[in-house]
Amino acid sequence: MQNLIKNNAVTEDAWRLIRADDESYGAAEDVILPLAIWLATDTSARSGQTAVWLAPDTDLAVLAPQLARLPLVAIDFPAFTDGRGYSLARLLRERYGYQGELRAIGDVQRDQLAYLSQVGFTVFAIRGDRPAEAALGGLHDFSDQYQSTVRQPEPLFKRRTSR
Amino acid sequence: MYKYDEVDHRLLRERVEQFRDQTRRYLVGELSEDEFRPLRLMNGLYIQRHAPMFRIAIPYGHLASRQLRRLARIARTYDKGYGHFTTRQNMQFNWPALERVPDILTELAEVEMHSIQTSGNCVRNTTTDVFAGVAADELIDGRAYCEIIRQWSTLHPEFAYLPRKFKIAVSGSVEDRAATLVHDIGLHVVKNDAGEVGFRVIVGGGLGRTPMVGKVIREFLPTRHLLTYLDAILRVYNRFGRRDNKFKARIKILVQALTAEGFAAKVEDEWAHLKDGPATLRDEDIAHYAGFFSDPAYETLAASPPELTDALARDPAFARWVARNTHAHKQPGYRSVVLSLKKTGVPPGDITAEQMDAAADWADRYGFGELRVSHEQNLILPDIRERDLFDVWQLARAHGFATPNVGLLTDIICCPGGDFCSLANARSIPVAEAIQRTFDDLDYLFDLGDIDCNFSGCMNACGHHHIGNIGILGVDKNGEEWYQITLGGSQGNHTAIGKVIGPSFAQADVPLAFERIMALYVEQRLAGERFIETVRRIGLEPFKERVYAKSH
Repeated sequence: MQNLIKNNAVTEDAWRLIRADDESYGAAEDVILPLAIWLATDTSARSGQTAVWLAPDTDLAVLAPQLARLPLVAIDFPAFTDGRGYSLARLLRERYGYQGELRAIGDVQRDQLAYLSQVGFTVFAIRGDRPAEAALGGLHDFSDQYQSTVRQPEPLFKRRTSR
Repeated sequence: MYKYDEVDHRLLRERVEQFRDQTRRYLVGELSEDEFRPLRLMNGLYIQRHAPMFRIAIPYGHLASRQLRRLARIARTYDKGYGHFTTRQNMQFNWPALERVPDILTELAEVEMHSIQTSGNCVRNTTTDVFAGVAADELIDGRAYCEIIRQWSTLHPEFAYLPRKFKIAVSGSVEDRAATLVHDIGLHVVKNDAGEVGFRVIVGGGLGRTPMVGKVIREFLPTRHLLTYLDAILRVYNRFGRRDNKFKARIKILVQALTAEGFAAKVEDEWAHLKDGPATLRDEDIAHYAGFFSDPAYETLAASPPELTDALARDPAFARWVARNTHAHKQPGYRSVVLSLKKTGVPPGDITAEQMDAAADWADRYGFGELRVSHEQNLILPDIRERDLFDVWQLARAHGFATPNVGLLTDIICCPGGDFCSLANARSIPVAEAIQRTFDDLDYLFDLGDIDCNFSGCMNACGHHHIGNIGILGVDKNGEEWYQITLGGSQGNHTAIGKVIGPSFAQADVPLAFERIMALYVEQRLAGERFIETVRRIGLEPFKERVYAKSH
C-alpha cells in the first residue's frame, strides 16, 4: 500500500518507488528511480513514465537541465529530523522553477506535513506503519505562518502593514 | 513591548493544540519515545532527573508585569513555588508533570507567552542586551529587529530540523552585553559612514565542547536585507552542516571547515538569489515593529535628586547597592535596577513565586510595568526614578533581592548542574554556594571588583564557563565530581575563551583555589586594574604556581 496523501485526501497511484540501484522493473511501469540510475537511463526507450528521487545531499545542478521534462520528483527523508529536504524542495520550486509533482518519501509523518507543504511538497508518502488517514490532519495544524514560503510568498509582516 | 495581534494569538493557539495532540499520541503509544523526543524538545520539554524540565521563552528577555505574575501562578500551581532563569533569558520549571504541560501552555498563551523552540535543533530564543532601549551607552535600539527575528524564526517551515540548535544574539550598544561573539549568529546594529542603519554579521561563535569566537562575515548589511540574509545563512547551514556527529554539528564547525571567507562566499552566493525577494523589509515594516518599542512616558527629571544624594551620603549599604546593582539610564533622573538572584544559599537564577509577584508589583508601581531578564540570570527593573531608588532598595532587601554583588565574584552565572540536569557531570549549585560563602566579606568582595565567574556542570557549557574571567567546569573522573578552573575568558567587546590552569580540583578544594587566585591578583594588580586585566598582563603562570603550590 502506498499510503499517499495528495490533494488533501488519502489516495493511491501507479508510481512505483525503486529504492535500490539493482531493483528490476518493467518498461511499462511508472517508476521513481534513484538519481544515478535515472541519469543513466534512456527514458525514451520506456513506455511507462519515469521520475527520480533525490537523497537530501543532492546537488541540484546536475538535475537542472532536465527538470522540465520530469513529471514527478521525490525527496527522501532518511529520518524526519533530517531537515535538508526542506531546503532542497524550496530550491527546486523557487530557484529552478520546478512545477511538477513534488513528493516527500521516507520517514514522513503527521507532524511534518504542515511545514513540508509550505516548502513546496504536494504529495506525501506517509511512512508505511502509520495510517495516512490519521496523518491527514497534520496538513492543517497551522492556518498561517510568519515567513515567506513557497505556498505563500508574501510574509506575514507585509500582509500586516499592507492592510 | 510587542503586542500580539489576532494572527499571533491564533498561531500560538494552534501550536498549543498541536503539542497537546502530540503529547496525547505519545501517552497512548502512537508516538514512540524516540519520535516524541524531538517534538517535545522543540517545545522546551526535557525529561530530567526528577521530572520533566520545562523551559518557557522570554523573548529577548522582555517581560510584562502580568506575564511575570502568570509565571508566579504557574510556579505555584504546577511546580514547587519557584522557577529558574537561564542564561538564554528564559525561565525553567523543574517539577511539572508531563500531562499538565499542555495546560501550562494554555495559561501562557493567555499572556502572549509560549515555549516554542526553547530547545531542540532549531532556532532558539533570540537574546539581546538586557538594557536595550534604556542604556546610556546605546547607539541603536535593536529590539524591533529582535521581534522581527523572533517572528521570522518562529515555526519557520524550512528550518525546523537543523543539524543542531541555533542561537542568535543582537547588540546595539558600545559595550556588547549580549555575548554576540559566542553565538551561532551575532548581529551588531551599526551605522555606516552614510548614516544608514545596518548590521555587522558575525557567524560561528559558540561554547560547548569546542569553544570558538565568531567571525565577521559581513561588515555592513542594510536592515532591509536582514531576513533574506538570515535565510541564506540558515540554508547553507541546513544543507551543509554536519549531521553525522552531534558534537560537530554546530555552525561553528562548518565555518571552521570552510574558513570564514569560504563560508561567507557560500552565503553570498545563496543570498544573491534571495536578495530583494519577498522577505525584504520595507521602511514601513520596520516602523511597524519599532512602534512597539517607543519610549514610555518618562518624566522630565533632574539627575541626582536630593532624595538620592542624601540617602547615598547617609547609608553606605545603600550606596554600595546603587554602585553595583543599578545601571546608567539614557533618561536623566532614571536608573535601571538589577535585582540580584545571586544570594548566597539560593541556587543562582532561582526565584520564588512571591519574589515574582513582588517584582511585578514594583514594576507597576515604580516603572512602566516592564521587566527584563539578563543572561547573567538576574531580574531587571529598567525604568526606576532615582528618587525612588531608596524605597525600591528597601523593598528588594526585604524580599532577598538586594545582595549588592552584581558583576562581582559572587554574581555567579551557573547552570542547574547535577542536582537537576541529567546531562551534568557534576553538581554546580553547592560549589557555587561554597565560593559565595568563602567571599562573604563585602569589603573584600568590593575590593576585588568586577569579576565574571561562570560555572557549567558539563561541557555543554550552559553556564558559559569559557567566557568567565574565572570559569569552572564540572568533570567526571571515574564517577567522582571534579572541577576544572579556567582563567582569562571574557564576554563583550574583548571576547576571549579562558584557558585551563591545570589539573582539576576535588569539590572541597575549589574555594581554596579561588582564595589563592584572588590573593595573587590583589598582590599583583596595578592601581585600578581589574582582575581580567591583571590576568591578561601577567598570564596564567603565576596563578598556576600559586594555586598548585605545595602547602607548608
